[in-house]
Amino acid sequence: MSYLEYTVKSTPTGLRKILFLSWPLTLLLSSVACVGFLMLYSVAGGSFTPWAEPQMKRFAVGLILMIAIGVTPIWFWRNLSGFCYGVTVILLVAVDLFGEEGKGAQRWIDLGFMRLQPSELMKITLVMFLAAYYDWLPPEKKSRPLWVLLPIAIILLPTALVIQQPDLGTSLLLVMAGGGIMFLAGVHWAYFAAVIASGVGLIVAVFQSRETSWQLLNNYQYHRIDTFIDPSADPLGAGYHITQSKIALGSGGWTGRGFMQGPQSRLNFLPEKHTDFIFTTLAEEFGFVGGISLLAIYLLIIFFCIASALVNRDRFSSLLILGIALNFFLFFSVNMAMVMGLIPVVGVPLPLVSYGGSAMLVLMLAFGLVQSAHVHRPR
Amino acid sequence: MKRKNADHEANQSLLSRRALVVGGLQLVLVGALAARMRHLQINEADQFRTLAEENRIKFKLIPPERGEVFDRNGVQLAQNIPNYQIKMVREDTRDVEAVIARLSKIIDLDDQTIERAVALIKRSAPFYPVTIAEDVTWEDISRVSVNAPALPGVTPEVGLSRVYPLGSDFAHILGYVGPVSDYDLKKINDPDPLLRISRFQIGKVGVEAKEEIRLRGSAGNKQIEVNAAGREMRELRRREGKPGANIQLTIDSKLQNYLQARLDGESASAVVIDCETGDLVAIGSAPTYDPNLFVSGISVADYRELTDNKFRPLASKAVQGTYPPGSTFKMITAMAALEEGIIGPDDTVRCNGHLEVADRKFHCWKRSGHGSVDLKNSLKRSCDVYYYDLALKVGIEKISAMANVFGLGVRHNVEMSAVARGLTPTKAWKNRVHGKDWVIGDTVNASIGQGNMLASPLQLAVMTARLATGREVTPRLVKSVDGVEQASGAGGPLKVDQNNLKKMRKAMFAVVNDRGGTANKSRITIENMRMAGKTGTSQVRNISAAERRTGVIRNEDLPWERRDHALFVDFAPADNPKYAVAVIVEHGGSGSTAAAPIARDITLQALYNGPPPLEAYPSKDRGRIRSQQKRLAKMRPMAKTQDADKT
Repeated sequence: MSYLEYTVKSTPTGLRKILFLSWPLTLLLSSVACVGFLMLYSVAGGSFTPWAEPQMKRFAVGLILMIAIGVTPIWFWRNLSGFCYGVTVILLVAVDLFGEEGKGAQRWIDLGFMRLQPSELMKITLVMFLAAYYDWLPPEKKSRPLWVLLPIAIILLPTALVIQQPDLGTSLLLVMAGGGIMFLAGVHWAYFAAVIASGVGLIVAVFQSRETSWQLLNNYQYHRIDTFIDPSADPLGAGYHITQSKIALGSGGWTGRGFMQGPQSRLNFLPEKHTDFIFTTLAEEFGFVGGISLLAIYLLIIFFCIASALVNRDRFSSLLILGIALNFFLFFSVNMAMVMGLIPVVGVPLPLVSYGGSAMLVLMLAFGLVQSAHVHRPR
Repeated sequence: MKRKNADHEANQSLLSRRALVVGGLQLVLVGALAARMRHLQINEADQFRTLAEENRIKFKLIPPERGEVFDRNGVQLAQNIPNYQIKMVREDTRDVEAVIARLSKIIDLDDQTIERAVALIKRSAPFYPVTIAEDVTWEDISRVSVNAPALPGVTPEVGLSRVYPLGSDFAHILGYVGPVSDYDLKKINDPDPLLRISRFQIGKVGVEAKEEIRLRGSAGNKQIEVNAAGREMRELRRREGKPGANIQLTIDSKLQNYLQARLDGESASAVVIDCETGDLVAIGSAPTYDPNLFVSGISVADYRELTDNKFRPLASKAVQGTYPPGSTFKMITAMAALEEGIIGPDDTVRCNGHLEVADRKFHCWKRSGHGSVDLKNSLKRSCDVYYYDLALKVGIEKISAMANVFGLGVRHNVEMSAVARGLTPTKAWKNRVHGKDWVIGDTVNASIGQGNMLASPLQLAVMTARLATGREVTPRLVKSVDGVEQASGAGGPLKVDQNNLKKMRKAMFAVVNDRGGTANKSRITIENMRMAGKTGTSQVRNISAAERRTGVIRNEDLPWERRDHALFVDFAPADNPKYAVAVIVEHGGSGSTAAAPIARDITLQALYNGPPPLEAYPSKDRGRIRSQQKRLAKMRPMAKTQDADKT
């Protein structure tokens, strides 16, 4: 189906489009962001600096960006998706070559006004490109091996570049998001069964290869896995993060210690308390009630996206919305699972709450695409 | 178009199905997250709450102020004085090198100090105050305060450090404190948490060590909230500790000062004991050292100098040195014989200059012999043969038992380090230790305090006090603790015939005051201050048969280590004993020439509580004594100059 088949007439035009944006979704996103401001204010010891204020500014920019993208026709973005993907891949190559070092990894390109993390952008452009690919591909071809290998290559190219940085967490997220789109597009389930089976095989291989000449992962990655399996073995070293995080979370109890009263975060026992581990501060200060509320808001966002995708009869739009929703889901669930000690520590921020420019802008950009798909849905 | 629509419909419904599958999967995972959150926050909340508190709250000890030490008149012997330090906090300083450079222009800092401080600052936590300079003067402190704006992060602080104002005079009595070491911790098995404080000062030797528990006091503590880096955020609770007890010694610092001055230049020791109470009024040992050097850590060179010195300045010879008591032991042999009724005081023994026992010749110190001697004469002229004869009759067991009665071979309870037990040999002892049978020659040697007999100056002083008073005087060093008077050492009557003791005292009086007495030159010439005593010269070598043939080498011709020890014990006033004194000059030669004058001077100083009148001395000595008094009056103990004096 091409954009020519759009029943353009029935869609809103001009500034009226703004009224047709999904306002409940915007409201939910804003409330999550507000939780973020609140927590950043708290971890700074009751101060808007150094985190809450820049984060608010970024969110404001993000909102404008979202609306701007939202009122732009969805076919425009679809036509641009290949270009976006290509640019992001080039950026990833660039970051491998000239990127800024940070915490043992090259992840950023300094643009002057902000530090761009192309791997974040990749999560969205990959989804766009795959959605466009399956929109273009005749449905009967979707499960043919050649037409399955192509999207796999599309996924693995950026994944390989991200692993180079090295950023294991993001590369796994890319694979999962890309695989998710393929599944949603209707690729035969047998492929997925095969991939999962070989994935299990790979995990076995990873562990078998340890301390041999063909070792598959870096030592720090093995170390993270060890720490995950038994954090108490090294409570002041690598296991420190997760142990302290669980203590903070657990000591929150039902209703928490109260706003700005969490000793674990206030006294700096929590690592990365304004970025990856911000959820622990929330759970420590507002307890189970606070944590589950944030989870509920996230779930509602996912729900709105899925609902919007299901009523949208445009294939690209549906796949794009579902892909972005899946990405968003992976974001927060991986982060939460990480701080709760369910999975190893991977550098994934809590979406819209953690302090950080790249992730925030990329997410708002993605929700701009969701809004665009929603506004320009065929009626 | 129609087919396309159908296709489209099929595709849409597949997409919807798959979307619902993915959505359902997401719901399940969110459910798992919620369940995990519930588990951590509800089921295990208590456990994590406890862990969080453990993280947050730390106990910090508040070290108590160490008790101070005074002499019997309230003169301060060990005190805690403010120690001005300059500290620096890295996070407030920022540019450490620049600030230190500025600081070194204001106060005197050598390069080594600067280097060490910079290294320490870089190693320490950013908020930890690092000591840059210690023991700085008040003037430096004010200079730093005035220049505070130019010295961010630099703060003058005041701590306490232990100072011994009378320094070397009390080195052997008080000892010193020093930072607790792993070795100390292993040795003392003391669970006091204070000892875990790095560089906490504890008593290492002497009274400081023996009275450690009372001087230390008990720690207070405070509960503080700390952050992850260990920085103190606020104080939650505080419990004050109890400062250490103040201890008053029986020592008279003035007499102690005189005693040390009088011993200066010798390798000697002396003890002055109050006969009535057992109070140790002065205990000295020479050479001595400045204990203040040890408090802040002695330099290797200084320490080497002390340990390599053959006169052993670190040893407290008065209580830990043991020597053959020589002729000062003769009172014990005589008492044993008198108590057994083997001789009367007027019975005589003939001295030919030697006594033949079991085919061996035991010589008297006087080769020509003393002729016929009774008790008084034998002691006065220190005839050896008389005592050989008594010993053969009374036997070693009785002699040793009598020695124990007078406090020899007994470890006295004095709060100083390594108080010696000495040795009063018995047959069983020799069998046990040497695996050999006692031979009669051993008894003969023991009778004149030679052979295996060993006693410390402290023991000899106690012996003399007991002889003088007839009571079981025990030495006392600690007079009071926090104002609470400690038990007196006066003691009950000795279980010996007081008449026999009177005879001994008479004989000892004769030693000093009769013409021909061995200590007659060192007599006191004021009537009611007269002194009674006994000389002793104990051999540290065996005189070989060859030597006997060719003539005994004069003491002065021998190397120092092989010369005789010179001893003297006395009490005075003879008719109403107040003080008993024992003096040992290591390898000093003869007791009458090397030890007796020292003992007499110390006794007089004690009796007059200051310099005695010259009339107390025999007239021909007075000129010499006057200049000696002048010289000694100027002598001051070695003590590291204090900060207050520096400026």
